Amino acid sequence: MPEALLQFLVIPLVKIVVILGVVLLVVAYATFAERKILGYMQVRLGPNRVGPKGWLQPVADGMKLLVKEDLVPDGAERLVFMLAPCLIMAPALLVFSVIPFAPPTDLFGLLPEPIAPYVADINIAILFILGISSVGVYGVILGGWSSNNKFSLMGGLRSAAQLISYEVPMGFAVVAVLLMARSLSLVDIVEAQRGFGFLTWFIFPGILAFGIYFICGVAETNRNPFDLPEAESELVAGFHTEYSGMKFALFFMAEYTNMTVVSSLAVIMFFGGWLSPIPGDDVVPGFLWFSAKVALFLFAYIWFRATFPRYRFDQLMQVGWKWLLPLSLANVLVIGLGILVFRNLLKG
Amino acid sequence: MNDSTPSLFDVEEMELSFGPQHPATHGVLRVMLKLDGEKILDAKPIIGYLHRGTEKLFETMPFPQCLPHTDRMDYVAAATNNQGFVVTMEKLLGITIPPRAAYIRMLLAELQRLASHLVWLATHAIDIGAMTPFFYTFRERDAILDLFEEYCGARLTLNCMRIGGVPHELPDGWTDRCAAFANDFPRHIEEYEDLLTNNRIWKRRTVDVGVISAEDAIEWGLTGPPLRGSGVKWDIRKVFPYDRYDEIDFEIPIGSNGDTYDRYLVRIEEMRQSVRIIQQCLIRLPGGPIMAKAPKVLRAGQGMVYASVEAPKGELGYFIVATDKGTNPYRCHVRPPSFINVQALPELVRGRLVADLVAVIGTLDIVLGEIDR
Repeated sequence: MPEALLQFLVIPLVKIVVILGVVLLVVAYATFAERKILGYMQVRLGPNRVGPKGWLQPVADGMKLLVKEDLVPDGAERLVFMLAPCLIMAPALLVFSVIPFAPPTDLFGLLPEPIAPYVADINIAILFILGISSVGVYGVILGGWSSNNKFSLMGGLRSAAQLISYEVPMGFAVVAVLLMARSLSLVDIVEAQRGFGFLTWFIFPGILAFGIYFICGVAETNRNPFDLPEAESELVAGFHTEYSGMKFALFFMAEYTNMTVVSSLAVIMFFGGWLSPIPGDDVVPGFLWFSAKVALFLFAYIWFRATFPRYRFDQLMQVGWKWLLPLSLANVLVIGLGILVFRNLLKG
Repeated sequence: MNDSTPSLFDVEEMELSFGPQHPATHGVLRVMLKLDGEKILDAKPIIGYLHRGTEKLFETMPFPQCLPHTDRMDYVAAATNNQGFVVTMEKLLGITIPPRAAYIRMLLAELQRLASHLVWLATHAIDIGAMTPFFYTFRERDAILDLFEEYCGARLTLNCMRIGGVPHELPDGWTDRCAAFANDFPRHIEEYEDLLTNNRIWKRRTVDVGVISAEDAIEWGLTGPPLRGSGVKWDIRKVFPYDRYDEIDFEIPIGSNGDTYDRYLVRIEEMRQSVRIIQQCLIRLPGGPIMAKAPKVLRAGQGMVYASVEAPKGELGYFIVATDKGTNPYRCHVRPPSFINVQALPELVRGRLVADLVAVIGTLDIVLGEIDR
């Protein structure tokens, strides 16, 4: 087999298949974990009928949604109605092409030379992610609009306003990280945090940036307490009220995929990615550290959902524009000044 | 009225039919909304989807047989519905019930108040997006329903009182189990409050939302927690005591701002007071018969009577007209608290956002069974 074919086609394809498989599995079991953990937080058991302790529940859910009748309401804009779920799911998955899960590995000596367990390490990864994930909002607003349902329309509009407002402070929070790492590449950002275990992670200088980033991340994924676009007590199911079957499943999976994206990015930018928190430790594979950290964030998402009520629409906008935006701007200034002073001190 | 301010863009009004099938309208309430974006220009509650002709049914059956139908009006507070009817009938017939019967009635009514307030808290919190209190409150409500089941065999439609007393003696050990529950319950109230009372988001969603002044509340005829939340100390148990409430020591919690948060606090405190009443009833529970001497076939003389009780949702009144020979009510009108309270809905939400509508429907604590009857 020619070297080039292997390098540019076969290996990336294998990686894509593996990563998609892992991501979709994580998404499926994130829904299960959510229901289980919510169950235990709410003095009930959660799913426990399908398979041992309910572990096959995601399979049953998937089967149900696949064989369910796929309704398109009368008066819906057919093409757009079909397109919207794809428009939200595709960007969510695309983002995983640049997320580094672990350092290059030779799979415990199985491979002749180490390969990187991510599809691409592009030098503008952060911009790529911010750009691609913004496309998802089209899925939401078009899905809401094309359903020909007033509740869906309101959900779509709410969502559009919310996603756009929270992208701005999120961008500024990310800028703080970029200043510290001096790179847009996610691999470089992780490597910049290598040093003395958890002490050199960006969470310590960037604690404010992290706070802003994660709040915005929760808002971006439409999760409680910012789950207004699908607030069931107000808008029935928001933008996906009219969706059923697999189209609904795509919206649902996109939400969990986006949660995983936000969690992964938080881990990469602030918690050292695959790096071990213990100085000098190289026993535990990086992938496990990465997974454990992402799992913690996913748990936080679920915890929020069990704890918080929901903001009102105008209050949500207030939090975004009046608090997070000025704070994130100030944070960029402070971090920038800090880096300037720090670097000069090192020189002098 | 809070008219829409002239804006840069001329926005078309959107009409939105909110309900009758909607997760947040607590049954089959339908609200016709006129919206400018998310802002409510006008709201009109439309009722009648659960009309069962209960008042007409009353006219076709003897007095004692009316009782099971009262269960089905406010179906989350059957005991107080029973109580309203039997108290009214006793006033019409001039029956005085034995003290033990009165105390058992008060026990059941206060347990019912707790159960009803727990359902309110669960649904109100879930409307505002906090899902966990729902499961906590239903855990305790189930314990209460267990007590009911032990007493009368039913959990929801209790039919647990009779004209002239109560139908059953308390089962063995019931008072101990009831006391254990009452002693344990305040701890659970703390749990709910931990999740909500000082939660910033909860406060932002409820403080200054759905404000009604004391004067307006009286004008609209509000009763129960919506009236007390506005600072009016009015509770039928105190002002027109029935059964033996005059022998019991309890407070009437009131609010000051008349907003959704105050009504929340009032109901939470009412739960604490109900626990106090239950504990006192258990201590003072006298012995003796549980039914007054009443004729087998009840015949009221010509007359009409109105009496009311403090149901969990407000003043529940029955107006019964009887004729000379009849064993049936000639006419029985029910004054359900929810029916009156829901009238104030447009007033409370006009000029506010859709999300507030949900909070206000929750805070009025309506049950469509008794609105439509």
